[in-house]
Formats: sequence, structure tokens, C-alpha cells
Amino acid sequence: MTTVQDRSAMPQEREPNPALSDPDRPIGYGRVQRKEDPRFIRGRGRYLDDIVLPGMLHGAILRSPVAHARLVSVDTTEALAHPKVRAVVTGKDLEGLNLAWAPTLSADVQAVLATDKVRFQGQEVAFVVADDRYAARDALELIDVEYEDLPPVVDARRALDPGAPVIRDDKEGQTDNHVFDWEAGDAAATDAVFARADVVVSEEVVYPRVHPAPMETCGAIADYEPVEGRLTLYETSQAPHAHRTLFAMVAGIPEHKIRVISPDIGGGFGNKVGIYPGYILAVVGSIVTGRPVKWVEDRSENLMSTSFARDYIMRGEVAATREGKILAVRTTVLADHGAFNATAQPTKYPAGFFSIFTGSYDLEAAHCSVTGVYTNKAPGGVAYACSFRVTEAVYLVERMVDVLAAELAMDPAELRLKNFIRPEQFPYRNKTGWEYDSGDYEPAMRMAMDRIGYADLRREQAERRDRGELMGIGVSFFTETVGAGPRKHMDIVGLGMADGAEVRVHPTGKAVVRLSVQTQGQGHETTFAQILAEELGIPPEDIDVVHGDTDNTPFGLGTYGSRSTPVSGGAVALAARKVKDKARLIAAAMLETRPEDLEWEKGRWFVAGDPTVGKTIAEIALGAHGTVALPEGVDGNLDAEVTYDPPNLTFPFGAYICVVDVDPGTGKVHVRRFVAVDDCGTRINPMIVEGQIHGGLADGVGMALMEFIGFDEQGNCLGGSFMDYLIPTAVEVPDWETGYTVTPSPHHPIGAKGIGESATVGSPPAVVNAVVDALAPFGIRHMDMPCTPARVWAAMQGRPTPPV
Amino acid sequence: MQVPAPFDYVRATSVAEALQLLERHGEEARLIAGGHSLLPMMKLRLARPDWIIDINDLDELRHVTVDGGLLRVGALTRHADLLDSEEVGRLFPIVHDAERVIADPVVRNRGTIGGSLAQADPAEDLTTVCDVLRAEVVVAGPAGERTVPMAEFHRGPYETACGQNELLVEVRFPVRAGQGSAYEKVERRVGDWAVAAAGAAVVLADDGTIAEAAVGLTALGLEGLATDAAAALVGQRPGEEAFAAAGRLAAEASAPVEDGRGPVDYKRHLADELTRRVMRTAVARAGALTAVPGG
Repeated sequence: MTTVQDRSAMPQEREPNPALSDPDRPIGYGRVQRKEDPRFIRGRGRYLDDIVLPGMLHGAILRSPVAHARLVSVDTTEALAHPKVRAVVTGKDLEGLNLAWAPTLSADVQAVLATDKVRFQGQEVAFVVADDRYAARDALELIDVEYEDLPPVVDARRALDPGAPVIRDDKEGQTDNHVFDWEAGDAAATDAVFARADVVVSEEVVYPRVHPAPMETCGAIADYEPVEGRLTLYETSQAPHAHRTLFAMVAGIPEHKIRVISPDIGGGFGNKVGIYPGYILAVVGSIVTGRPVKWVEDRSENLMSTSFARDYIMRGEVAATREGKILAVRTTVLADHGAFNATAQPTKYPAGFFSIFTGSYDLEAAHCSVTGVYTNKAPGGVAYACSFRVTEAVYLVERMVDVLAAELAMDPAELRLKNFIRPEQFPYRNKTGWEYDSGDYEPAMRMAMDRIGYADLRREQAERRDRGELMGIGVSFFTETVGAGPRKHMDIVGLGMADGAEVRVHPTGKAVVRLSVQTQGQGHETTFAQILAEELGIPPEDIDVVHGDTDNTPFGLGTYGSRSTPVSGGAVALAARKVKDKARLIAAAMLETRPEDLEWEKGRWFVAGDPTVGKTIAEIALGAHGTVALPEGVDGNLDAEVTYDPPNLTFPFGAYICVVDVDPGTGKVHVRRFVAVDDCGTRINPMIVEGQIHGGLADGVGMALMEFIGFDEQGNCLGGSFMDYLIPTAVEVPDWETGYTVTPSPHHPIGAKGIGESATVGSPPAVVNAVVDALAPFGIRHMDMPCTPARVWAAMQGRPTPPV
Repeated sequence: MQVPAPFDYVRATSVAEALQLLERHGEEARLIAGGHSLLPMMKLRLARPDWIIDINDLDELRHVTVDGGLLRVGALTRHADLLDSEEVGRLFPIVHDAERVIADPVVRNRGTIGGSLAQADPAEDLTTVCDVLRAEVVVAGPAGERTVPMAEFHRGPYETACGQNELLVEVRFPVRAGQGSAYEKVERRVGDWAVAAAGAAVVLADDGTIAEAAVGLTALGLEGLATDAAAALVGQRPGEEAFAAAGRLAAEASAPVEDGRGPVDYKRHLADELTRRVMRTAVARAGALTAVPGG
């Protein structure tokens, strides 16, 4: 692993004050070792399936073996006769409770258990509660279901054909498989630019269906206490507060009687944002049996039925001058939303933030139109670290810029440099209405090119091509759109996208910070302690970070879309500043001076002009909770709470360059090198930032080369296990070479932009661009993911084919 | 967690006891060694044996020895053991080529040669390796042991000459002076089933021509050796022309089916491409062997 750190040329990482700390143990920002790691490394993490409650029963879900069928009958007699079975729940039972259907996160409904039809393979049909997991699974085979097969809609391109079977005949007035039409930008202005452009390139670009595939699958334990009517719900949730509110709305249990606990989470990547039928069924099971009920899905259930990602068929067009000035981008998208529109995205954005497809370029015009359709496939759509469809947008524009480079016979890196939004244009309003907060793209691009030795690689490539060898260099430059809200524009089912933090400094000067966001492995317990440490001068090890329990944390919308640092991070910093301001008043009282006569250094207020006289945060905390006569209006604690409503999104960016070698005889792609230069604004813990980037880069190589959820003509899922759904291993990825620039967000309290999804967004186009570049001698300008050996070989034969 | 259907479990302490248990529990009993094929199938409930007979304690089946003109490998020998054996790599480099691309280290630490051959998965690598090395397997049954040539042992996908009441105990490879061998596989990702693979073994004559040749294919729908390809090589001077002819014939002999790993034309192309590659390597290795004593 190499890290580029050319400090002379670069804005610097904020270093801790050496007078206050050991450089290896910074009080504030820096490479603090992860506070949570000792328990993970020692096997003391506590994941959902580790939790065992007294008297707990186990649930299992019977799922549809077919993609589309009328449900004729469900006979549970034999299953109920199983000696270890305590309850069997069917869709009919739920209808009686008005729970057969639940609202999705996109103003649609989803069947909790099928009542009328099954609409995708793997759909929930019945729920068994038994003494143990084995018996529950065994009893599923004793349920007799009669299906009457219906023709499935598998190909999204055929979903709107006249006469196509109507999947959602449960919806009043629904006569086809249309979900929504949505557009952004100015169609007329864009068409006008295209009409006068020297050069127009066009390509169909497919981002196939993939799956977040977290190592820990989804699950829940419901513990309903009937006397007081209290529900404690342990869940694999990235958004415990939002889940609690939704449960209150759906299940009719008052919100103050519901406690949602999200324990250690073994990866989420967006897969654990939604509320799955299994969670609701665990609650029903607990109410019916009067005992706690655990339900944990298996790997196949996770891959076949939970939120997939992508599935966008995009027609991209770019208009440019002959000299390589990009004028406009236009795209039409067919979005496969599966059987229920259950994507997790802000209400006003049915295609997420896809309208950021203008990328990092200064355009004259842009327009997109997106049509969503139902198919007989699992619901979901926004997941897998995608920043609400920025992944699809960046892939489209970065692929299309390479297509344009091929058309103009220009170097793709030079073409990008020629078209970047210039630093003086920020804040930059793009043609679809986003205001990019800050950016300085060229230095990041130049750094990536220098680091990888771009010119030398191009020379090497030319030599290899002469020898018949296939080497490719792929460039991508992305701008992310993360940290949603602001809440006035962005909500999920009516809940504004803001997040909270509460800070308490204990009498001894130790502190606790409580968050509404929920870590899934990305190091919140460290990062958020460091934000507080930076603001108040309390060492990170003296700060406890509490999250994942609605009884013990402030309300907020949770962790996805790279929101945690931009939103809750802002809340922590502002709460810390409230504490600091209050500490000043108390310190003044303790020092018998005026607050305005005090100055701050990290961890301490002191008398201006006499630095020896002052009070540390610990002394002030003891004073606040002790016997100091407090000033008028100051109460006896050192606590503060903030709900942070971001004024705008943040726009991290980066330059990625990938080098591949393709075996001309087999089509096998080998990723030789990958340089990633990222700019996420202020870097709180560079080690954690790099870890996030490494993970995202591996995701990107996986999607580019192998990941794919396919279906056969009957709608059978062909990616239902790790034998068929391939995720990359250490063998398929190179040693990552990372670098950074720092362009802080001007509107964020600490200038941080978020890093969780940058690499997942930015890396797939770099890999695919490299593969296509390697295949240039065959006249190839585009091939779709996944670039498996067979698909690359087909492209070499002049037959590149879309995956769907 | 994926949970299998109910089953009973018993641990054998000797070959004799394993055979008795097989006899006692009949058709619905399965032997388990490494378990890397059986357990996933059980977890998916595609396999539902009533009894699992664990043979992992049968140390007498875990050995790698050269005995006369034979390399004898106990059926319970782990993939990792074969990969660790320098002698195996020296005598039969094809075995190391194949073992390096069988799954991943975790699987190789548990999976066994006997399990691989007995499972007879069409994408399984060691069947092709044993085919081209003209290995024999030793099968123990109620009436004692019998030796079966690979050509008769492997009867098709998931089918072998080993009966329900029998146990594969040993694999024997004839050691051939001057033999070169090689194996190459294309997979979408490490640990995935082969898209396709090929193996070859050759012996060169004193004049440098090919005296003996064997070519085998994995996951390409060919049962046994690609005999036409081998016949076309014998007597030829090794070189691209001969290898290309062999590749073409191997491709013709293949009968691949389309699946998620690739279409038929690609797989048939790989039969050709990989045959040429393994022939190149096998001949180079044979040449290096014959070159040393000859000076």
C-alpha cells in the first residue's frame, strides 16, 4: 500500500497540537486506532445473531419458488402439527390484522406475506415460529401451497409492452407496469445544443443489477411485552430511529412504547436501510406467541429477496465541439424497480440524485428522463453504497466521456482536464440544479496521473499493442453528492433528513456523545470521538460514543448516502461548541472574571494576557456539577444537544486511474494497478478514510468484473448464493495506491464531506474504461459490466452484449 | 445461517468400520471427508442424507509415498498436503498446477483427493489430472479391494464406479521418466468453478518427437481423454503447428453447455486455447527433464 503525501504541494491534514498530545495519540484529528477494534478483533462484537433472550423462539419464512403466480391456497395443517412449532402465520392471518401490506420507503406498498399473488421468486408467503431454527426451517416443508402460474415480466425493456402481464393488479387503477416518469434539466435547451454540436456520441450503457451482500445478513429479534404493551426490537438497521417511527405508523404500537436496538452491524452498504417483511413478521410472531422471536435470514434469502442495487438501462449522449469541449449531456433511463417500488430515497427524488450525471464538467445544457417499471424481481433499488444513484450517474458520464475521447481520438485524461469545472466557478450550479459546494479538480487529476506515471504507461501500452498484448488504462473522475438533507428539500416518508447529536461532559471531564446515525463497521466510535476531541480537547479514549438504541440517542434519519460525518458530524461539532461556550461562562465564574476576557486553547479557557490562569474542561465540568456559583441562566451541567439540518449537500470528488492486462486468449482481466486520489474535505481520521476507500475500490472491481444478479426467462434468480453471485477476493484486487487533496466544504461546521461511498461510485468506470481501452485494437468503444472472461472474449469477437 | 435437513452422524475409526457403516445404513448414507461439496449441498437441502459417516479419523488413508514405479496417495490426503509435497510437484507438476487453482487455502486445507474424485463434479480438476496421468484408484468394498483405472472409474457427471457400499482408499499414479505435464484453468474469480480447464501429459522420444501424449478437459463436457488430440500429437515434432492441431481436435471433442460462466462458443474456444497452452508447458517441462541427463 502506498499513500501519496506530497505535503509541500498540498493542503495539509490538520495535525494535532503537539503541545497537547503525543502525535501517536492525537487529541482530535489524526490516525487514531479504532476504538471499536479491540472487541471485534477479540471476537467480542455483539451482532444480532449473538443475542439470546430467555424463552426466545425462532422464525423462518416460506418463500415463493416462482416469480409470478396466483396464490390459490396455503395449507398449514401439517406444519402446525410439528411438535416444535408454536405458530404459523399466513397472508390471510395478516389481512385480519391489517398487516398484510406495509408501506415502502417510496410511497408504494409491499406485501409482508402474499395474499393474492406472488410477484417475485423469494417473496414471503408464510412465517413459522418454532422452538429452534432447525425445526422452523423443517416445518416450512410441511406447508402446502398451491400456485397458479402466471407469465412473468423479466425483461424491463418489455415491461411496458401493450399486453404485458400487469404485476401490480393489487393497486387501484394500475393497468400497466409503469411506476414513474421523472426528469431533470432543460430538454429544449439541451436539444438545441445537440442540434448545433460538431460531434455527438451515443451509447446504451447498462448498470446491471448487483447486490450489497453484507457479510452479516439481515435479521431481527422482537420482544413484545403484552402487559405494558412494549416492543423491544433488535434489528440489523442502518436507521434505527426511522424504523421506530415507521413501526409505530405500521404496527399501531405507540412510538413511545417501541425501543429499537441496532447492535454491532456486520456491513450494510444500504442493504439495511429498509424495513423487510421478516422484521415485521418477527414482531407479529412475538405478539402471537408472547415470547421473543428471532428471525435471521440465510445467505440465499439475503441475495434473492432484500434490496438489490442499480438495474439502470441508460441511453447516454454527449454533444461536443471537434476540439473536445463538452457542451451537453442527455440521457434516458429505464429503471427496473422490481415487484414493489421499495427504493430508499428522498421523496422528491424517485431516481435519487441521478441528475448529477453532469459529472465534474462545465456544461451548457443537460437533460435526463427516467422511467421506472415494475418487473417480477425482488424490490429495492437504492443500495450498495450508491449515494442515491450517484453511482449510476457517474458511471454513465465517465463511460460516455471515454466514448467521446475515442470518437475524437483524444487522450481521455486530457479530455477531462479540458472540461473540468474550474476552481473559481465554485460554488457551481450545474444544469440540473445542484450547487456544488467546493472543488479543485485539476490538482487531484494531475496527482493521480503523476502517481501512476500516466505518460509512461501510455508509451508502454503502445509497445505492448505492437506485440499483440492487451493493456488498458482507465481514467475516471467523479463528483459525489452526499450528506442529505437539507430537510426542507429532502425527506424519507415525511421524515426530514436531519440528524442529531447529544454531548455530555461528566463531572470528571470524561464525555459521552450520543448519535442518531448507526455504524455498520465504518468506525463511528472513533471518528465521532475525534470530532468531539478536536473541539473540546478531551482525549478520544475518554469519550464514549453511543448509538444504535432509540432509548439512548437523539432522533435522526440514520447512516446511508455517506451521511454520517456530513450530518451527525456537523451536529457533534455544533453541540461541542455549545458546550465550549457554556464552559466559558462557568470558567469565568470560577476565575471571577468576565467571559469575554477568556481565550480558548484546545481543552482549556484561560485569562487573556495571563495564560497560566485558566480552567481545563475537566475542571470546568467538575465546577458545573459541583458547588460553583453559576451565572444567571446557566444550569449545572456541561451538556448540549443539536439537530443538524445541513444547508446543502457536500460534494466529495476524486480521480481514479486503473491499469489492466487482458489475456488475449481467454479474455481474463487482471487488474494490475489502481491509483485513487480522493478529496473528502477535512480528513478526521486518515486511516479510517483510507479503509473506507479500500473497501469501496474492492466493491468497484467486483461490480466491474464479476458481480451480477441475473434472471432466467421464468424469473428464476441466478445469483442466489455466493457460488453464483461472485464478490472479489484479495486475489482479484491490486495493492491500492491512495492519495488525497483537501478542499473543505465551505458550509460544513468542520469542512468534512463524507467518504463512505466515493470509491464505490468512482471505481467501476475506471475499471471498465481500462478494459474497453485494452480492447481498443478490436474497435471496441463500449462493453457493459460485468467484464467476465466470456463477456470480454465476446467483445473481442466484435459481439459485446448487454448483460440484460 | 443455512440449516440442513435432519440427519444422523457417526464417526468411523477404521476402513473396515466405515464399510460396515455403509452396509448398515444403505442408500441414504453419505461419507464425509472434507465436506466442501456435501455440506453446501446439505445446507441448500439439495442433498438430504439420513446418515453422515465421518471418515476423517482414518489416518491410514492419509499418505503420499513413492513405491516402486507408483506414487500412492491416500484418499484422505488433503489438497494442501499434495501442494506441500515437493516430490509430487517434481514428478507430476500438473498436480501442483491444478491444486494451486482448486478453490482457496481454506478449502484446500480440508478437501481431499478422494472426495474430489468420488464427487465427480464435471468442473472438478483432479479427475482430468488423474485421467491424463493414467492413474488408477483403489476401491475397498465388502469383498476386499479392487483397482480401477481412471478411464473406468469416472462414469460421467457425479457418477463413478465406486458403489454405495464401497470406499475409495487410494489413488496411484504411474511414475514416467521424462514425462512433462501441465494444467491450466480459466475461472471468473478464484474459488469459482472452472469456466474451462485443460490438462496434458507428454513423454518425448530421444529424437525430440512426441512419444506419448494425453489431453484432458474439465467442465467442457468431455468424458475421459481427448484421444484424437493426443493421437494427432504422437510422432510429431512439438511446436505451434502440432499444438494447434491438437487444440482444434480437443475443441471438436468438447461438448460444453452454456451457463453463467460462458456460452458454448467461448468454452469451445477455451478447449482449443487451453490445450495449446498446456501442451506448450508440458513439452517444455518434458524437454527440461530429458535435457538434464542428456546434457
